[in-house]
Amino acid sequence: MRTVTEDPYMKVDRVAGHENVERASKVALMEEVFADPRLPHYLYGCYECGICVAACPSARFYDFSPRRIAQAAARRDIDLMFQQMEEDIWECSQCFSCLRCPRGNNPGGIITVMREVAVKNGLHSAQEALHGYSRIIFKIMSTGTQVSPDMLQPDAFPDWGPEVKDVSENLDLWRRALPPETHHTTKTGWAVADKTIVELYLIWLETGALDMIKQVDEGIHMILEEVMEERLEDEGIEI
Amino acid sequence: MTQIEPVQLLLSKKERFDREPDRRSEDFHELLFDLESRGELVVQRVQGDYVTVPTKYGTPKKIQKGHLWHHKSCGQCGHIPGYSTSIFWIMRKLGYDYDDPRDQTSCTAWNYYASATSNQAAQAAVALRNFAAAYETGYFPLIHCGTSYGHYKEVRSELLHQPELRNQVRKVMEKLGKPMVLPEEIVHYSEWLYAMRDEIAATQVLDLKDIAVTVHPACHYYKLVEGDAIYDPDVYHGQRTAAVSGLVQTLGADLRSYSTFFDCCGFGFRHILVQRDFTRSFATLRKIEVMKEEANPDVVLTHDTGCVTALDKSQFSPQAHGRDVGVPVMSEAQFAALAMGAHPYKVCQLHWHSTNYKPLLEKMGIDWKAAWAEFEDELQHLKSGDKEFLTWEDVGV
Repeated sequence: MRTVTEDPYMKVDRVAGHENVERASKVALMEEVFADPRLPHYLYGCYECGICVAACPSARFYDFSPRRIAQAAARRDIDLMFQQMEEDIWECSQCFSCLRCPRGNNPGGIITVMREVAVKNGLHSAQEALHGYSRIIFKIMSTGTQVSPDMLQPDAFPDWGPEVKDVSENLDLWRRALPPETHHTTKTGWAVADKTIVELYLIWLETGALDMIKQVDEGIHMILEEVMEERLEDEGIEI
Repeated sequence: MTQIEPVQLLLSKKERFDREPDRRSEDFHELLFDLESRGELVVQRVQGDYVTVPTKYGTPKKIQKGHLWHHKSCGQCGHIPGYSTSIFWIMRKLGYDYDDPRDQTSCTAWNYYASATSNQAAQAAVALRNFAAAYETGYFPLIHCGTSYGHYKEVRSELLHQPELRNQVRKVMEKLGKPMVLPEEIVHYSEWLYAMRDEIAATQVLDLKDIAVTVHPACHYYKLVEGDAIYDPDVYHGQRTAAVSGLVQTLGADLRSYSTFFDCCGFGFRHILVQRDFTRSFATLRKIEVMKEEANPDVVLTHDTGCVTALDKSQFSPQAHGRDVGVPVMSEAQFAALAMGAHPYKVCQLHWHSTNYKPLLEKMGIDWKAAWAEFEDELQHLKSGDKEFLTWEDVGV
């Protein structure tokens, strides 16, 4: 006799396109999620009240629900969690409005952990979500900032209105008209000291953060590894 | 007995969740100082003059007035430079010293919340490296970005509760030759503005009573580790964060509420970079249009890099769909600077914004045409080579 009702959002593997994924692989992925030391602080069961959904911006525009994330994790539904890892987690806005949960859950935090596991294991959803994102990964890891003072180039942000074009056309001059010394040019606008960059490279290498991107973007990983190792070698630092 | 056994069997299989009966955020100070007394880390103390402010669950928070290390925001420095310039300008105007460091990385959390291409230890090490850099200068850290502030509070909580994480990060910090430092308080610039609101109002030169203001409170400011955020019984009866709104009230502007104040701005971290249709739709339909219908503001004020970006830049495209948009957006730092007599272009740098701020300036009593002419004069000097850069002296501080 069946005692468990299947989640109505659960798709059969064939429909979801996961028919070639072994259950053991799904179990291994979820074990990684549940082994994360943050998870016990993010999950306390679920009242199914839906307050998180009411507060969630992504739930208004996507077929996405933080309640389903918390429920699937609370009942350790491996198949549904895998489906969510492949289909749902990148819709989250990471605003943490779901922390309004009266139970104390943090669905946004569970998603952060699931995303990390998806990236580390090179899941299809991570590759797709980060498609076109390589430049930003390169920027953050090599310079310590994800946006650059020279990003406002002509036609780069047509949806932001004609004012952005004005900025881009006058960028160097308008930069010089900024009183703080650090703001005077696009180069000094985010100038990070040499020793600071070396310290940042050490952090990425020592914590395994650099290796995480190997599965989602091998090319960027290779370039970054070379940049960092060369720089550290110049400084006489051994990894 | 035989009737109970199946129940026990079922209960033994049931997932157990250990949860504190009182879900208020803890007062972290005790744990912080305990770890310091055990030699695990150094606590950078608030020093000199400070203001004590109330937080959500009643824990007093000390806000140091001067000698501050500005942990700048990558986005503000990148595309809203009038934001950080206004923070510096106010500090100079009030006579408080600060350090604008180059030994600083961003918190890297924009990327982290967007792409997850990092991990817990790396994020904690980035935070502690920056805190150590501040500690080495003797200046106390002041965080410009709401996400940096929220993320650093998360990191602090994780470090205080997870010895394995502390050990992992300690090894990294040893390689960097830096101490494990956490500040006594993690302070956002909007908290500094709230703490200094009476001093700011004392230098105010504009009457703002006819200026209708709506406030968008930044999610990462008051939703992440919410116990640190300022709540004041005199601002929305302590039921909404007093950051930004408290300053607006003190400046005498017409603070107006709207029903979707709790909603995010639509930034989305990943979405603003690679899926902006979501950002535009949310910012328009759930924020700007609701504000316009319910409160009809002259300006939207907020206190985070991403929120200014999402709300300001999202109002262009919806015009093609006949949406009811068109409200200027800026940080409360820029608004307060204007109230104190700062130049709208030389200091607040409003020409970097996309929404039309000119009707607002007119209503505030600022002659924007004359101000733009003055700014263009300065640009001529820069173009001709008379001077290389605009300086603080040029803007009177």
